[in-house]
This record gives sequence, C-alpha cells and structure tokens, in this order.
Amino acid sequence: MVTAIMSGYALSLAAPAVHRVVRRWSGWIIALLPAGLFAYFLSLVGRVAGGEVIVASYEWFPSLGYNLTFYFDGLSLLFALIVTGIGTLVIVYAGSYLAGDPWLGRFYAIVLIFMASMLGVVIADNLIALFVFWELTSISSYLLIGYKFDKAASRAAALQALLVTGGGGLALLAGLLLLGLISGSWEISALFGEAEAIQAHHLYLPALLLILAGAFTKSAQFPFHFWLPGAMEAPAPVSAYLHSATMVKAGVFLLARLSPALGGTDEWTALVTSAGAVTMFLGGFLAWKQTDLKRILAYSTVSTLGTLVLLLGIGSSIAVKGAAVLLLAHAMYKGSLFLMAGGLDHETGTRDITAMGGLARSMPVSMLAASLAALSMAGLPPLVGFISKEVLYEATLEDAVWPALITAVAVAGNVFVVAAAGLVAIKPFWGEWVETPKHPHEGPVGLWLGPVLLAGLGLFVGLAPGVVSHDLIAPAASAVLQKETTVKLALWHGINPMLVLSVITVGLGVAAYVWRERLGNRLNILDPGSRFGPARIYQEAVDGLPRFATAVTSVLQSGYLRLYLTTIVVVTVGLVGFTLASRVDAGGMWRTPDVRIYEILVAGMILAGALGVTLMRSRMASVAALGTVGYGIALLYVLFSAPDLAMTQFAIETLTVLLFVFVIYRLPKYATLTSRRDRVRDAVVALLAGAMMTTLVLIVTAEPLRSRLTPYFAENSLPLGKGRNIVNVILVDFRAFDTLGEITVLSVAAIGVYALMKLRLGQAGDEES
Amino acid sequence: MNGLLILPILIPLMTAIALVLAWNHRAIQRRISVAGALILFLAAIGLLTSVSSDGIAVVQIGDWPAPFGITLVADLFSAIMVTMTGLMGLAVAVYSLSSMDAPRESFGYYPLFHVLLMGVNGAFLTGDMFNLYVWFEVMLIASFVLMALGGERVQLEGAIKYVTINLVSSALFLTAIGILYSVAGTLNMADLAQRLNSGDVDPGMVTALSMMFLIAFGIKAAVFPLFFWLPASYHTPPVAVTAIFSGLLTKVGVYSLIRVFTLIFLRDVDYTHTLILVIAGFTMVTGVLGAVAQTGFRRLLSFHIVSQIGYLLMGLGLFTELALAGTVFFMVHVIIAKSALFLVSGAVYQIAGTYDLKKLGGLYKSHVGLSMMFLFPALSLAGIPPLSGFWAKLTLVRAGLETEEYAIVAVALGVSILTLFSMMKIWAEAFWKDRPESDEAASDGLPELRTSRAWLALVAPIIALGALTIVLGIAAEPFFVLARDAARQLLDPASYIQAVLGGTP
Repeated sequence: MVTAIMSGYALSLAAPAVHRVVRRWSGWIIALLPAGLFAYFLSLVGRVAGGEVIVASYEWFPSLGYNLTFYFDGLSLLFALIVTGIGTLVIVYAGSYLAGDPWLGRFYAIVLIFMASMLGVVIADNLIALFVFWELTSISSYLLIGYKFDKAASRAAALQALLVTGGGGLALLAGLLLLGLISGSWEISALFGEAEAIQAHHLYLPALLLILAGAFTKSAQFPFHFWLPGAMEAPAPVSAYLHSATMVKAGVFLLARLSPALGGTDEWTALVTSAGAVTMFLGGFLAWKQTDLKRILAYSTVSTLGTLVLLLGIGSSIAVKGAAVLLLAHAMYKGSLFLMAGGLDHETGTRDITAMGGLARSMPVSMLAASLAALSMAGLPPLVGFISKEVLYEATLEDAVWPALITAVAVAGNVFVVAAAGLVAIKPFWGEWVETPKHPHEGPVGLWLGPVLLAGLGLFVGLAPGVVSHDLIAPAASAVLQKETTVKLALWHGINPMLVLSVITVGLGVAAYVWRERLGNRLNILDPGSRFGPARIYQEAVDGLPRFATAVTSVLQSGYLRLYLTTIVVVTVGLVGFTLASRVDAGGMWRTPDVRIYEILVAGMILAGALGVTLMRSRMASVAALGTVGYGIALLYVLFSAPDLAMTQFAIETLTVLLFVFVIYRLPKYATLTSRRDRVRDAVVALLAGAMMTTLVLIVTAEPLRSRLTPYFAENSLPLGKGRNIVNVILVDFRAFDTLGEITVLSVAAIGVYALMKLRLGQAGDEES
Repeated sequence: MNGLLILPILIPLMTAIALVLAWNHRAIQRRISVAGALILFLAAIGLLTSVSSDGIAVVQIGDWPAPFGITLVADLFSAIMVTMTGLMGLAVAVYSLSSMDAPRESFGYYPLFHVLLMGVNGAFLTGDMFNLYVWFEVMLIASFVLMALGGERVQLEGAIKYVTINLVSSALFLTAIGILYSVAGTLNMADLAQRLNSGDVDPGMVTALSMMFLIAFGIKAAVFPLFFWLPASYHTPPVAVTAIFSGLLTKVGVYSLIRVFTLIFLRDVDYTHTLILVIAGFTMVTGVLGAVAQTGFRRLLSFHIVSQIGYLLMGLGLFTELALAGTVFFMVHVIIAKSALFLVSGAVYQIAGTYDLKKLGGLYKSHVGLSMMFLFPALSLAGIPPLSGFWAKLTLVRAGLETEEYAIVAVALGVSILTLFSMMKIWAEAFWKDRPESDEAASDGLPELRTSRAWLALVAPIIALGALTIVLGIAAEPFFVLARDAARQLLDPASYIQAVLGGTP
C-alpha cells in the first residue's frame, strides 16, 4: 500500500529526466505508472467487495502517535480507482496537449506528486498522515494552477486557490487535533466505535465546524466556491484531473470518511445539508450563465460537489449510495468534457462558446464524446448520469427533515446543469460554422482517447450498472455507513416519482437552454454574490492586507530611534511598575533615611549634572556636565570605602571627557529638532523611569544584603588565590572567565575602530585603505 | 568528558586568535575560518552526544566550587543550541567564501565572525548570570562591528540603531543583575533558582525582577513591542552577516528567556507565563504584518524572524512538556529554514543584483535548482507538511489545544496562513514572474561568480540546510524525542541544580 503511494513520489523525481529522454512518447511512458496502479487496485476489488479491509502500518512519528497507517476499504477503493484511472488518461492526454512545452517535464513531476498525495488522502488511516497528504494536494494544485507562471492571472488564481484551501487546511488541522484529543486516538478506524462519546463531548461542535471548514474550502462549497472557477487558469488536464475528478472531491471524501464518527447529529445534518443544497443550486445557476467552456464546466462541478455534500448531509442509506454513484458518474462525464474542452481550445484557439459553431464536421470524434458525456451530465438514459439522478431524487424525497424543499432545490439545480450540458455539447458543434482563431481539425490520438474512453465508459456503466453496483458502489456505501449494504442499480424502475422529477428536470432544462439569452439577466437576483460575494471579500482582503500591514508597521517601525527608545522605557516602567505595585509590599522603602550630609551633597551634584546634560545648549557644556555625573559616582565610591573603584572611575571619566572634547570639537552645534510637546513627553517618561528605578532600589535595600559570595572571597582570597586585594583576585582568579570575555570585547572594539576608520565602502571611492 | 564543555568557547577563540595573527593573508584566513568552524561543529556534536547519553555536564571554571566561581553547564537544550551554532557557523563560513567581498575579508571579517560564535556559545553554556552578561557583551560588540564593517551609509544607520537599543538592553540587564544580587546574594543560576524559590524571598519581588529580565532578554529576542532594532538593521550588512545573525542572535535572547523562566523565575507562573503568551501572540502578528508590508526580499525575511520568535515564546508561555518540546524543535527548525532563506536571498542577489522583489523575476525559468532551494525552506517556514516547520507548529498547536489556550492557537494558525501568503509573494515575484525590463544593467559592479567552485561554496550550504529541513520533516521522530528530552530537563530544575551544586553545601 505504501509502495503504491511512494512510487508516485519516486517517479516524480525522475519524470523530468524521463521526459528529456523520450520526449515524444513521454506521456505514454509516464502513464504506465498510474495504469499499473489502476490495475493493482482493480485486482483488490474482489477482496474489498468481499468485505475485507486491507490495512498496513509503518511507524513514523510514534512518540506523538502520528504514524503512516493505511485503511483500504470500499470508499478508498472507489477513490483510488478514480485517482489512478483518470490519472492515466490525463497524463497521456497531457503528453499531446502540452507537447513541445518547455516545462512539460516539471508538469509530470507535479502531477505525479499530486496523484501520490491524493492516494495518500484516500488510503490514510491516521488523522495527521491524512492531513499531510491533504496539504500536499493543495501545494501541488497551487503549482499546477500557476503552470503558466509568467501570466499574472495564473499566479493570482494559484494564490487564491492556495489561500482558500490552505486557510481551510489550517482549520482542518485544528479540527483533526481536537478530534484526536477528544477521542484519544489518531486512527480514523478507531473513531468509528467512539461516535457517541465524540458527539457528546463539549468540543464536538468546534471540532465539527473546523473540520467542515477544511472540507468545504477544499470541495468548493458555498461560500468558498469562488476559487474553483479561478483555478481554470490551469491547463485542461489539470482542470480535468484535480479540479473536477479528484482533488476537489477530497472534502467530500473527508465528510464520507468521518461521517461514521461525526455524522448523524442535528448540527451535522443542518450544516452539511444546507451548504450542499446552496452550493448545488448556485453552482448550476452560475454554470448556466457562463460563456467560457471551462467556466461552465467548473461551475457545474461546483454544483455536483454541492450535490455530493448534500447527499452526505442527508446521510441515509440511499443518499450515501447516491453519492457513490454520482461520484463515479461525474468522474466519467466531467473528466471527458474537460478533456474535450481542452481539445477544442487546443484546436480552435478559443474557449468561448459564442465564438464557435459547426465543429461537428471537422471534429466528429470530439463531438461524439462530448455528446455522450453531456447526455450523462444532463441525466438522460441510458447513461450512468441518469441512474445517479434517479438515486439522488430518491434520497431527497426520503429526507427526514425537509424532503419537499430539498427536492425542489435539487431539481432547480439540475435544471441549470441540464442547460449547461447543452451549452457544452450543442453550441460548439452544431449550428452555423463560426470562424475560430485556429483552423480546427481532430487532434492526435492522445487528445481524444481520454474523452472517448470516459464517455464510453459512462454509456457502458449506464447500460450495465451491475458491473459496478456490487463491486464498487456497495463496498463504498458500506464503508461510509459502517454496515453491510447491498446496492441494486437499474435504468428502469417503472414509472415512479423519481422518473417524473427527471422528466420535469429535463423539460425545464431544455427550456432554460432555449431561453437562456432572454432570461439571462433577469435571474441575476438569484446570485447576489456576484457583487458583494465571497470572491469580492477575498479580493478586498488580499488587496487590503498589505495596506493594513503597511499602516500597522509604519506606526510600530517608524524609523525614529528616539521613539523606539521611548517605547522601550515606557514598556519597562509599565511592566515593572505594575508588577511592583500589584505584588510587592513597599512599606520598607518609607524608612527614615540613614544618610549623611555629604552623601546628599554628592547626590545633588549627580542630579544637577544629569539635568545639565539634558538642558545644555552646547555640546562642550553637556560633556562637562556628564563628567560631573561620573565624578559624583566616583566620589560615592570613595564615601563607601572602595578607593580602587573610585580611582578607576576617575581615570575613565577624565579620559572620556577628553576624548569627547577632541571629537566634539569638529561637530556642528546642537539643533533643536523636537517640538516642546515632545520634550515634555520625554521628560515625563524619563522621570517615571527614574522614579521606578529609585523605588525598586529602595525596596530592595530595605532588606540587608545577604551575599554568600563576599565571605567566601574574603576568606579564600589570600590562602587560595594568593592575593591580598580581593577585587583583584576576583578579577583574575575567582571570576577570571568574565575577564577573558571582557578582554575579548576590548580586542574586538579595537578591530572595529580600526576597520571603521580605514574601510569605507560604497561611497565616493570604492575603498580607501 | 567535561572538557568538551569548554571547547565550544575555546575553539572559536583560538580560531579568532589564529585569524588575527594571519591578518595580512586573506587566503590563509579563509582556510582557517572554515577549518575552525568545522572543528567547532564536530566538538558541538561531541558535546550533544555526550550530554544525551550521560546527562547534564558541568564544569567549574578554575575549579572554584559553585556558586563562588563561574560554572559552565550543558543540559540537552544548551547542547542542542551549541550544535546549532556549530552548524550555522560552518554553513555561513563556507558561504562567506563566495559571498564576502575582499575588503571586508581583509578588515577582520573572519575573526569577528568567530568571536561572535564564541560569544553565542558562551551564552548557551554559562551557568552564571553575570557571565551571561559578559557573553552578551562579546556578542554585541562583535555583531556591531560586523554590522558596521564596510562603513556603507545604510550600514551605519542600521548599526547605530542596533547598538543603541542593544546597549539599553545591556544596561537593563546589568541593573537587573545588580538588584538580583542584592536580593539573593548570588549569581550562580542554579543557586539563584534555589534561593529565589525558597521561602525567605518575597515572591512579588522575584516577579517584579523577572519583568526586568523579560524586557532585557525580550529586546535581544526581538519580541513585541521591543523588536525595532531588528528590522531596522538586518537588511543592511552583507547577507552572510544577516544569515548568521538571524540564525543565532535573537535565538540567544529566546534561549535566555527560556532558561530563566524555566529555572529561576517560577514564583508566579500564572502571571509571568501568561504575559509571555500574550507577548508571543502580538509578536507573531506584528512580525508577519511587517513582512506582508515589505517588498524587499531581505526586509521581508527579517520581519519573519520576529514573527517566528512569537512561536518560540508560545511554547514557553504554555509551559508544558509538549509545548517546550515544540519550542525546542521549532528553534532547530527555524534556525535552519530561516538561514537557508537568507542564504538564497544572497544567491539571488549575486545573480540579479537586487533584493527588490519588484525588480526581480524569471528565476524559475533560469535557475530551477535555486528555485527549489527557496521553495522547500519557504514552505517549511509556512508550516507545510511534511517539512520541519509543520511538525514544529503542529506540536505547539497541539500543546495549545491541550491546555485550552484557544486564542493563541487561533493566532498561531492565522499567522501561518499570512506566512504562507508572504512566502508565496516572494515565490511569485522573484521566481515565477518574468523579470521586468529595466534600463540599468543588472549586475553592474558586483562580484561575478567567477568559477564553479565559487558557485559551489554558495549553494552547498543552502543545499545542506534545505536538505536538513526536509530530513527534519520526514524523519522528525528522533529529533522530536531529543527535543522532548530537553523539555523534560527544562521542566525539572532540581536535576539542573543538583548537577551544578551537587557536592557543595
């Protein structure tokens, strides 16, 4: 099982090289892998249909419970066959469709990564492993939508798809984590038995909402449906594969997979059903309004995805069966139509259905495939689409909550889909001949093989539904329902309500097709989203975000050092001050000061010096004032009997002042750049900082110092350190390591001064040394 | 065994001295530098191996017993950080061979670089509060000179802001040490941990003091709202300097925060660690917003450093074993991924002659390999599976959900998507988009990539780091186990104290 997935990744690494070697036939060669996998999965049909679940597990991240575990049941089988089957056809098709394209090798590579990841999604048992594959499909989708990366529209569409599905992905991650934490297990198969406990948990609803957000964004449910039509910037094989047959169904898959654990509650039914119903209707309506071939197909895909979600929301046995049939039918007809649309685009140079007509004569094979597929899409007998629509109506009519409403919405959505099918299959091929940018003729076999095969398969399954009902549909439905299910599909059930609804649907659909032009704008009211909708919100957000970010950043990162310093000081005063005020009993600081008069004098001198530095108008005077502060501190050392420190301080102060004087001599006078208000503000900040520090020190010194170190140093300085001056022994022995560091600092400073004076790059001369 | 402990400080010091002795011989300096970095890396791995098998390693410098002398301590977290320093040192030392210009090489670039490594390792290994300050000073002076070296106008402007704000941090740190000493009467961290968490010290005072350390280290770590110096300066020096800074400097700040807030300041965890969590959230958001606002490759990455610091603090704020394991794992991940991205930006600059995303373009067509070297670390940074960043974020998010801190989880996930947004902006602008026509010759006056050997020195470190983020992602388990063991040690101060003070009364 893991080999099936990994082979895709492995071949993806080699694909560009393979392509370089065999060029002309690269599509056929590379398609051998998905074809082989398809055959492999086909060989498992017997076992899976017999009720067996094939499991495999590999340790990956055992300490947190994230392992590569696989659970291959009927649902996985149905998806795996679609993924590899369509994958084969799409790769063959791409070999012709993109023949001669310089990036074709990279294209294969990414498509194979996608295929492998998609297989991972549908086979994974571990929640986190599933998520890993899930995200990889999003990334490969991003790279494929942006395949024509030199076009701005492609890049924007790729980003849109990535942000919408990626954002949903993050919600999904949180949801899956919650689910894992609620249930205490990371294996999906272990969740099935825990449904009651999970649904009774107080985190059930948040987890459900988050997981639904992930599923809905991926499967383009309203209000996240807008990214899918945008994704049509991708080349046709990508649209057919990712954005119709497989990746967009990952959300549907997830709902199906988790429904035994999460489904059946009122919340589930309400949320999933309503999202599905709205999407189904809106997708159909919007498809009907388009003139771009691929956008028609994209919106009708949205409609189908809505239908699938709706069916899973209903969740009854018949609904789940209906979803499985529709999944299969849709993969066949929509895959065929997308590939056919790509062929038309390739041959005529346009995708606008109003700019084509009468192509049936020059492209008869495409016409045939398109007709068959469109009939299936419209739900006409004897195609598989008809069967799936019958089951859909059966499911909506049996809905436990609002059968009439749901059925009405389903019919309305399908009416438009029928009309859209007409647009796709009739407009380009029939009617009057329209001159197109390129002269059209039937393309090479690679271009029509896929559409014909898929459309033909749709006819075959429609005529002989027995081939799939027991082997594919029933196992898939059983997997979702978690109980043994039998499925009987047939074209003819006699005259029943479903048939009547089908007839009504097709009748209204034909009407919608015929009166499309006339009705067109009057029905805009059905789509208020076109002006204020989610697509607009997305665009505003993406455009507005950098503006907002710039605004925030220009406040924070103003470029003024003094504002930075002010902020830092204010934060310090605020945090330390607040903590002191709220947590420390400051009683001790109000003790009678035990100071002598000359200490007060020295303190006064320091204060005056500090004040002087800030007030003086000449640099020279400021430096002198600064010197006063330094000397004052040195005097304090003297008063507190630390003569050696005082000596050092005196020397340093004198030197500093002298150095300053030499440097400042060359500098211009002070200029006042700040306003009075700024200076008052700065003064307040400075005073607050001083007050805070003073308070802190006063509180701390209320308690006597209890150093453990001083006695030890005093005692051992002479006997062990061989020195009478304790400070010296501390510096060169007890804490010599500090001194080593400080020496390094001085050496580096010396190098720095030398280099800064000597080396000046990027000005006038290149370098003067 | 404990001799290994001094090597990560001694080796770069010796290397720096040898480099200074070879001042006038550029070619020799280049060899010494790479050799020194390689030996340091090997020593660091040796230390990590020894600590992970034998437990916390301790050396009393000069044999003065703790807490009277200075103690070096390596627990797993320290050893991991030292190993990362070794790795980054080696990667950037090799990268410098092709990216550093001759004048800077002649004016002490290599000795400064190794002194910086010495300071960083000293900070990771010291078990003494004042000694930590000394290593901060070593780092500060070395980084300041590295930043200003060359004396270009923008460099000096950035360097002034850098050094001023960092000096404020140092002053605060020193003041805090002074007050701490007068409260506890000791500087040894293990001794401090014991004293401050005993009954005879006012817990409120300890908490108030912890605020000073929070701010002093917070400035170094570039957290909200103290990060100004970083975006103001990181885009100005040569890219090799930015890369080593981004890999190590802020991380020392984060390391120090983690050290003191897991070992020493534990009297009011509800207050302090919740505050850290709030800061973490704001740091993530403001950092990523800053990134979104940028159009310069390096400036954008610089703001992302800030944003990622938020994630590192998130684990500290949550303060559980899983959360701290997440932080340690994230640390390893972000050092590797972010440095790889900076190195790529430098390679792009060498090819195209600009960091401006508006002027860049067409690299996906012309340089597929380099594009991939960007794409993997970029996606990793955005937390896309199965790369290293995914597991890092996953672990933190799970830890947040387990402790029911939903707000920070929401922020972490939201910032993820913005990170993805801005990474893809670089991708779309510099790699996908066609290069806009510009009238000025692109790579005018730039060091050309003379030989394929020069190109190799440029890309080999990028490939190595890029490969590491993939390995760290696909085979996360052993690295995570290491991170979790490190987290366990962090949450068990008693074993640290025992290791340091063990024999002394």
